[in-house]
Amino acid sequence: MKDALGAPQSLLILGGTSEIALHTARKLVDDRVRRVVLAGRPSEGLDRAADELRGRGAEVEVVGFDAAEPDTHEKVIDGVFADGDIDVVLLAFGVLGDQEADEQDPVAAAKVAQVNYVGGVSAGLASVKALRRQGHGSLAVISSVAAERARKANFIYGSSKAGLDAFAQGLADKTHGTGVHVMVVRPGFVKTKMTQGMPDGPMATTPDVVADGIIKGLRKGSTTIWVPGQLRFVFSALRHVPRPIFRKLPI
Amino acid sequence: MSDGPSAELFPAARRKALTGWGRTSPTFADVVVPMTREQVAAAVQRRTERGVIARGLGRSYGDPAQNGGGLVLDMSGMNRVLDADLETGVVTVEAGVSLDRLIELFVPFGFFVPVTPGTRQVTVGGAIGADVHGKNHHADGSFCDHVLSMDLLLADGTVRTVTPEDDPELFWATAGGMGLTGIVLSAVVRLIPIETSLVSVDTDRTRDLDEIMALMAETDEKYRYTVAWLDCLAKGRNLGRSVLTCGEFARLEDLPAKKRAKPLHFKSGSLVTVPDLVPGRLPNKFTMGLFNELWYRKAPQHKVGQLQGISPFFHPLDAVQEWNRAYGKTGFLQYQFVVPFENEDAMRTIVKTISDAGAPSSLTVLKRFGPGNRGFLSFPKPGWTLTLDFPTNTPGLSALLRRLDEIVLSNDGRFYLAKDSRMDPSDLAAMYPRLEEFRAVRAKVDPDGVFVSDQARRLGLA
Repeated sequence: MKDALGAPQSLLILGGTSEIALHTARKLVDDRVRRVVLAGRPSEGLDRAADELRGRGAEVEVVGFDAAEPDTHEKVIDGVFADGDIDVVLLAFGVLGDQEADEQDPVAAAKVAQVNYVGGVSAGLASVKALRRQGHGSLAVISSVAAERARKANFIYGSSKAGLDAFAQGLADKTHGTGVHVMVVRPGFVKTKMTQGMPDGPMATTPDVVADGIIKGLRKGSTTIWVPGQLRFVFSALRHVPRPIFRKLPI
Repeated sequence: MSDGPSAELFPAARRKALTGWGRTSPTFADVVVPMTREQVAAAVQRRTERGVIARGLGRSYGDPAQNGGGLVLDMSGMNRVLDADLETGVVTVEAGVSLDRLIELFVPFGFFVPVTPGTRQVTVGGAIGADVHGKNHHADGSFCDHVLSMDLLLADGTVRTVTPEDDPELFWATAGGMGLTGIVLSAVVRLIPIETSLVSVDTDRTRDLDEIMALMAETDEKYRYTVAWLDCLAKGRNLGRSVLTCGEFARLEDLPAKKRAKPLHFKSGSLVTVPDLVPGRLPNKFTMGLFNELWYRKAPQHKVGQLQGISPFFHPLDAVQEWNRAYGKTGFLQYQFVVPFENEDAMRTIVKTISDAGAPSSLTVLKRFGPGNRGFLSFPKPGWTLTLDFPTNTPGLSALLRRLDEIVLSNDGRFYLAKDSRMDPSDLAAMYPRLEEFRAVRAKVDPDGVFVSDQARRLGLA
């Protein structure tokens, strides 16, 4: 249960090795979170993350979860909720793909959409069903500023996030007034292992800053958060740039 | 054909958001308003695996009368007086009868409720579940000390009449048990006799905390009702300046001649209702500081024998309906703790910490408790209790309260579950040493955890 100051006690991370999610988990464990469930494909990284959170005083469970297998999602998520209420679900899985290579490999490109969008749809719906049954809780969906307008430089990833983003917005409105809070998180360029080796984008940020934004948004019950916040205005402007110009922008 | 609710007809459940009086942490539950015992039993039978909890008038500040995803029984429809002995003042009432109703009905016959908290808009069932206390704790104990018997609907659907003599375990697990042992259907309560409906009040204003604590230690024995209001924003040599009010029900001969004709006159009601429009930033340290300054200044330095009505003396805030809205949509929380007399220095540390932080609490109340009772989770124990209201959007509130938590915990103090909305679950066992006995009784009467609330889930109470 969240307390009067909005501090949650339990957390489910779908995509348990996500750096943004783990930074969020650390901060929440340092506050009142005692139960953390890391859902992801079994890996050393997942076990390491679990151990680290245990070291901070949380009870951590690791459960097998594959974003690319939508038919398994509801069973895994229901199993987690059966062991006790979950106050916050972070939908944090996602792959970046390799735009240039994926353009030549339609199956690899479809895989990006399969994980980021299709997986998000089934995991998002399964989470919201479980949250509605307990009558409270939040689902934070990690989208991206790339969802705001498709760019030629990363439209495969961007379009998959655009689908996820639109899905989460609709889900938020559908669940309004049921006790379930759905929040879309739109970070800009985040310096993580996923973006390692890439040149920093403009207004690059860190997982730690995104985590602060998520925690503040959860407490306030925000529907959409941008990290850093100024990106909201940058992308509002970019959205309205005419196509002939937008196409030539070096972004 | 009758339009009234029949015993067989199951009232429809409505899914809605519930919060406590502090208006924080809403959760959604199916709410049913049963009108009869049969309907209560039928509703409990139709629960889901999310369980059921009884709710009264929603005056607990946090989440004990919420049950996210489950069933909540709004007991305010169970509001009949079943029996009353006007010689002895022993009344049998359904659990949803409010103290307001009891006062309205029985003051004209010369009886007052044995214990009343700062609002009379609480039900008898809620008063038992929280084992509420009032300004007379040092003299009369808490509410359950005046309950002779109660009918409790248990998880298996049976109704048991529970008295402190025949079934002390279940009685004292239910007294202060936050509704987790069963649903109180009715109770037999002993009222106290009064000659008039007026209270003879002595008021004293003190300059600082040491003065008020010394004065209260000295005067407590002389009065049935005592409480102090404290300005927790005052600093320096004014730290903890207070207004102490002490009272006794006036005797007939204390009344002026013109009031003797109707000595037991009482009229309930309120003056105004706060609209749900107050911006959340309005209660801040400047507005509260001003409010506290005025409240302190308007109190007389020293006044004896002033006659006050029941409402202004016991329930001043009931004059303003929905006063919780004054804190805006973000809500507020109430922080009430007790520390034993031998650790009263902790009280000084805490008042200084709050004053230094400039956290705005408007109606800070200081009181001395007498001996506690046998309720496993009953709050009062001998010592000083302080009650503070904070808007939840106060900057730095979480960190401040954690500092206070540490002081309360390390000084053998504890928090009041009816007010709690944020305590650390790991502090519970140290604060309530009889927690395990409570859990043992509950495991016996409700092994499947049918009776459960958001608070029970948050704190791992049962």
